[in-house]
Amino acid sequence: MLDQPLIKILLLVAVAGVIALLTRSTSGSNHQAVRRLGLIAFGVVAVVAVLFPATLTTIAEWVGVGRGADLLLYGLTVVFFGFVASSYRRSRRLERHITLLTRELALRSSTPTASPSTSEKAPERD
Amino acid sequence: MGGPLMHEDTWVVIPLFNEATVIAGVVADLRARFPHVVVVDDSSDDDSGAVAEAAGATVVRHSVNLGQGAALQTGITWVLRNTDARYLVTFDADGQHRVEDASAMVAHAQQEDLAVVFGSRFLDSRTRPGLVRRIVLTGAVWLTRQQTGMRLTDAHNGLRVIRRDAATALDIQQDRMAHASEIVLQLGRTSLPWAEHPVLILYTDYSRSKGQSLINSVNILIDMVLK
Repeated sequence: MLDQPLIKILLLVAVAGVIALLTRSTSGSNHQAVRRLGLIAFGVVAVVAVLFPATLTTIAEWVGVGRGADLLLYGLTVVFFGFVASSYRRSRRLERHITLLTRELALRSSTPTASPSTSEKAPERD
Repeated sequence: MGGPLMHEDTWVVIPLFNEATVIAGVVADLRARFPHVVVVDDSSDDDSGAVAEAAGATVVRHSVNLGQGAALQTGITWVLRNTDARYLVTFDADGQHRVEDASAMVAHAQQEDLAVVFGSRFLDSRTRPGLVRRIVLTGAVWLTRQQTGMRLTDAHNGLRVIRRDAATALDIQQDRMAHASEIVLQLGRTSLPWAEHPVLILYTDYSRSKGQSLINSVNILIDMVLK
């Protein structure tokens, strides 16, 4: 468990960071900005990795990973799970909005006054 | 006049989804003792809503299917907004509940000044669910006890009496089947007086075929944990 310490620490910190970010309430624009910065950073890293594959391998060796491609894969996996989790939260929020809207629509479309209290109610139906 | 006592200050709330074959009978039976019935049609594919209305219920309709929890909350909100009901009764649409149990539970609430009465299958030995269902229900009871601290014998019973002051505290956010323990949790937080009351659940062939598939219990339990 204790070999490759550096990459493992980095990945665990990244995972903890993703979890921390996701358990905090999404305060709209701040969260969105952070997400976008993260995506841009990832994009930059990916471009560098494509154009200068040796760089990636060097960095990989610094943190104790065999190949640059492996490093990229680890990073991608963490980002992917972060995306899945934030996607789930977004879906839940949308569902809640739909529920509230449907309820309000249903309530406003219903008859505003209660049925008469007598049990004789025979609506004409053909 | 020697008729049975009518519960004039009570509204029955029925979440309804695709029960056109039985809802007329359910509503008619209820209206012999409960003149005020509101049915929330959760976007049924059949004509359940029209059938319920013809039987004398007020019908509120969801434009899209949301789930039993959402339908219940819509019904509760409707009653609180549009009536001065003192008690609400939540009642299933599939014929599993008995009107006499509902009536006895309202009387129980009135006599002992209770804000909530939960129906329970397991206070006596009349109801006989199958073994597997009993195991699942025992798990749900345990989980509910962990989450809410309330010692209920039946955590998943749709027959409840809720007094107006307790009903105003409800805000059911679990749209689908995990709403039962959410209701218990929210009512428990009010610290209002409550009790359980024995009820008989009628497992007819019809309701058995419509009832919770056991595999769906996986979803319910996970929803309860994830909340």
